[in-house]
Amino acid sequence: MAVEREEGVKLIGLWLSPFVLRVKLALNIKGVEYENHEELNTWDKSELLLKSNPVYKKIPVLIHKGHPICESMIIVQYIDEVWSSERRQILPIDHFERSEARFWAYYIDDKLFPSLKDHVSATTQEAKEKGAMEAAAALQPLEKFLEQSSKGKPFFGGDDIGLVDIALGSFLAWIKALEKLDGFKILRDDNLPKLATWAEHFCSHDAVKELVPDNDKMVQVVEFFRLKFSTA
Amino acid sequence: MSKSNVVLLDHWVSPYAMRVRIALWEKGVDFESKQQDLSNKSELLLRSNPIYKKAPVLLHDDKPLCESLIIVGYIDEVWPSPPLLPSSSYERATARFWADFIDKKFAEAATKLWRSARSTEELEAAKKEFFETLKQLEEFLGEKDYFGGENFGLVDLALIPFWSWFSAYEKFGGFKIESPKLYAWMQRCMERESVAKALPAQEKVLEFVCTLRKILGFDQ
Repeated sequence: MAVEREEGVKLIGLWLSPFVLRVKLALNIKGVEYENHEELNTWDKSELLLKSNPVYKKIPVLIHKGHPICESMIIVQYIDEVWSSERRQILPIDHFERSEARFWAYYIDDKLFPSLKDHVSATTQEAKEKGAMEAAAALQPLEKFLEQSSKGKPFFGGDDIGLVDIALGSFLAWIKALEKLDGFKILRDDNLPKLATWAEHFCSHDAVKELVPDNDKMVQVVEFFRLKFSTA
Repeated sequence: MSKSNVVLLDHWVSPYAMRVRIALWEKGVDFESKQQDLSNKSELLLRSNPIYKKAPVLLHDDKPLCESLIIVGYIDEVWPSPPLLPSSSYERATARFWADFIDKKFAEAATKLWRSARSTEELEAAKKEFFETLKQLEEFLGEKDYFGGENFGLVDLALIPFWSWFSAYEKFGGFKIESPKLYAWMQRCMERESVAKALPAQEKVLEFVCTLRKILGFDQ
């Protein structure tokens, strides 16, 4: 993939954050080189982060030509707009399909993310199994949308990954870590067959595979957060 | 464009539906408004928005669009004039950020004031949150005429419908909103035909909220 040095592109992020991963994926798809700044301590935020995102004080923040852009899906759309000509489009061209893609990205944050958070916080076997079932239930409508949106191709975006692939794919590392840790499969071949296949395609995509965090490391991360939430 | 091409599954008191009405009128798009009974949802609504089962839903040539800010984004793209979003990518991202803030922070805090705060402590916490978000919005407005700068835009459209709910917030929050800057902005927006048509009178909204609260078990 052709990579060119862009002036003034900095990403404030953290390797384990699915929201940061979305931005990295978008930048990678567009072949945009950037300076990566890891916020290693969420309980002692850097001056740069606090100054760049005073409203939420959260990652990711993209800084481009000195301007901070916040909120992962807003950043992804910004990237798609700024680096548009001659490069791969992340959002569909058709107005209705663009709105559909935005809707499902919204749904993923609104419904799937809270269910995954609940699953992470689960400490008993019962709660973990319930968490896995709820995550699978939240994914069900996406199974249906994938069939419609992909038109028989591997991704929500068709031949190549698009907005919904990025929005959902960024959670796969967490989903796989939860599956490994708890032993409850979320993306099962019997209930979410299309998504299970899609996940394989997504993770082996050129723009994705070098970015997805290592499963064993993610398992440790989930264990850490689980401990943090349970003693909070 | 024939009226039946654009149908809005509408609800008179929903700030989210008001956003869509404002956007359509700003663009001069003819549409048919179908008032929805949310206590007895129509087949059309359930079919058009199976995930959330809520209004507003825009049907354009029978294709359903859901979520007010997404609908407004669609309207802005399909009928580009006059634009609701700025032309620069950075300013567009900023507008989207604040529109999203209004939904994530302002609307949530405002809803807590009348809908979920049951104890004094909960109400005090809700008030604090509400005023904090208002302050952040005021800061972003700054000295500008509109949140969009010189022109009425996405953020203005996203926030102004809640003005019709202010009497309800004040009554159940037990406060008066003192902000000359915000009031000036609200008046400016209300001078627009689209906004004046879209917003119901505050008294009617207050009446609605009082009734709803009784149903929810408040004020017994």
